[in-house]
Amino acid sequence: MNLHIIQALVLRYLYLYTRTPVRLVELLFWPLVHLLVWGYLTVFLQRHTGDAFPYEITFLIGAVILWDVLFRAQQGVAIFFLEDVWSRNLLNIFAAPVTTADYLGSTYVVGLLRAGVTSTILGVLSLVLYSFNVLELQWYLIPFIINLLVFGWALGMISTALIVRWGPAAETLAWATPFFIQPFAAVFYPVDGLPPVMQAFSKALPCSYIFEGMRDVLKDGTLPMRDLVLASGLNVVYLAAAGVLFVSVLKTARDKGLLTKFAAQ
Amino acid sequence: MSESVLRVADLVKRFGDFAAVRNVSFEIRKGEILGLLGANGAGKTTVINMMLGLITPSEGRIEVFGQDLASHRIEILRRMNFCSTYTQLPGNLLVGQNLNVFGKLYRVPDLDRRIDEVLDLLEIGHLKKRVSGHLSAGESTRLNLCKALLNRPELLLLDEPTASLDPDIADKVRKAVKRVREEDGATMLYTSHNMRDVEEVCDRVIFMHKGKILHQGTPAEIVSHFQEKSLEDVFIRVARGGELETAKPID
Ligand SMILES: Nc1ncnc2c1ncn2[C@@H]1O[C@H](COP(=O)(O)OP(=O)(O)OP(=O)(O)O)[C@@H](O)[C@H]1O
Ligand SMILES: [Mg+2]
Repeated sequence: MNLHIIQALVLRYLYLYTRTPVRLVELLFWPLVHLLVWGYLTVFLQRHTGDAFPYEITFLIGAVILWDVLFRAQQGVAIFFLEDVWSRNLLNIFAAPVTTADYLGSTYVVGLLRAGVTSTILGVLSLVLYSFNVLELQWYLIPFIINLLVFGWALGMISTALIVRWGPAAETLAWATPFFIQPFAAVFYPVDGLPPVMQAFSKALPCSYIFEGMRDVLKDGTLPMRDLVLASGLNVVYLAAAGVLFVSVLKTARDKGLLTKFAAQ
Repeated sequence: MSESVLRVADLVKRFGDFAAVRNVSFEIRKGEILGLLGANGAGKTTVINMMLGLITPSEGRIEVFGQDLASHRIEILRRMNFCSTYTQLPGNLLVGQNLNVFGKLYRVPDLDRRIDEVLDLLEIGHLKKRVSGHLSAGESTRLNLCKALLNRPELLLLDEPTASLDPDIADKVRKAVKRVREEDGATMLYTSHNMRDVEEVCDRVIFMHKGKILHQGTPAEIVSHFQEKSLEDVFIRVARGGELETAKPID
């Protein structure tokens, strides 16, 4: 990996955002909408269920913030590629001295930046609006965020690989992929609330352990260490598998002339 | 003319069962400008894309700067560049920002000065602070060329660089291309449908037809080989499939 190259690719992204501030709206609009919806649902439930609810209800707000880390990281990777397709710049990048590792490294950085911006803003807003302090998750917040970032990167690479393979018609995968897994990801409800077949899927996703862990920490101040280890292990597997998929799709793309077809769209 | 900068041997590209490039072999010597001509669909862009590593050849070998492209792609790409009608620089960025990003990607030393130099060479220095997407077609073609020249490429691939330029600007671009060759000793592969371009710029020309090389030589040799009046007449005859009647065997 070459830091100069990564810096240049990320710089292009920063230029894009500073040149067209309307893009910041996209970065903030949806998370804000989710925060308001789930935030006021939380307020409502708190008022009407009181102690009858098995968790601190505020976990719903934590869920919105942490889900957004995963989603933004995935978007950072997937949109990075599409941005070049849309601007007909794809071949300029792929014919420049940029290795696949440099390219992926840059998408990770952009994913990290996107996740950093929105989660910071959501964190502050949830404190102001709902007195929910994400720092209640204590130091667990760090492994939570790292795991969600890594899983988001892996999902982003998978989305991009599918878009490269199937062409611009598959563009919506860039947005849809995280939502395919959301029902199984235990974001807003615990894994054992799911039917057994879905639970099996759930257990194969690193992020389910993180969302379960978040609820445990909010409730008991701690979580089973086993869950963190499992999440991290699964993440390594997903990231490696996504990397292999990405590299092999790029090879196919070069064989079949798919990259140049994108340019001709 | 000395060592060869680019050597292509028995290059074949098949897309499914369609062969877009069939057994193409040629070389370009240092400082030479080679024209690649042929009708729409002849396979010119496919050849160029293979040289850039965007498409993997089905068969054959590409050697650039004496190194195998398949195994030294990144090292080779650092020393070359390209400009194509099929690409653009991101329209949201300013002209200067785009060149800054690509200058960094190619690790161009003294980048700010180099950016001004290439903009001046193509006479678009006044557009540096303009939004790239707001440029006219001709201006944006010249911006593409600026990007291609940033790293003083030793090998420059130009795929229809004068398409969409008015005659005045096309003339300026041809002069700029020749100047780059004289000053930097750059080697170039040049495709164009404008025969005037080719006659003025290229030292040697390859005629492609349906993926194959029909003939190569200086523009004058080609014209006399086909017993036509001009390169344009040769082009039309080749494109209409009349090449086989009088053409001598391909050497
Ligand atoms: N990725 C691809 N998949 C399938 N066929 C392709 C692909 N790329 C090119 N072709 C086909 O290969 C042939 C050669 O195309 P190419 O773009 O190389 O022609 P060209 O000589 O550059 O033509 P033009 O003068 O129109 O630019 C065409 O028939 C084209 O349809
Ligand atoms: Mg072409």
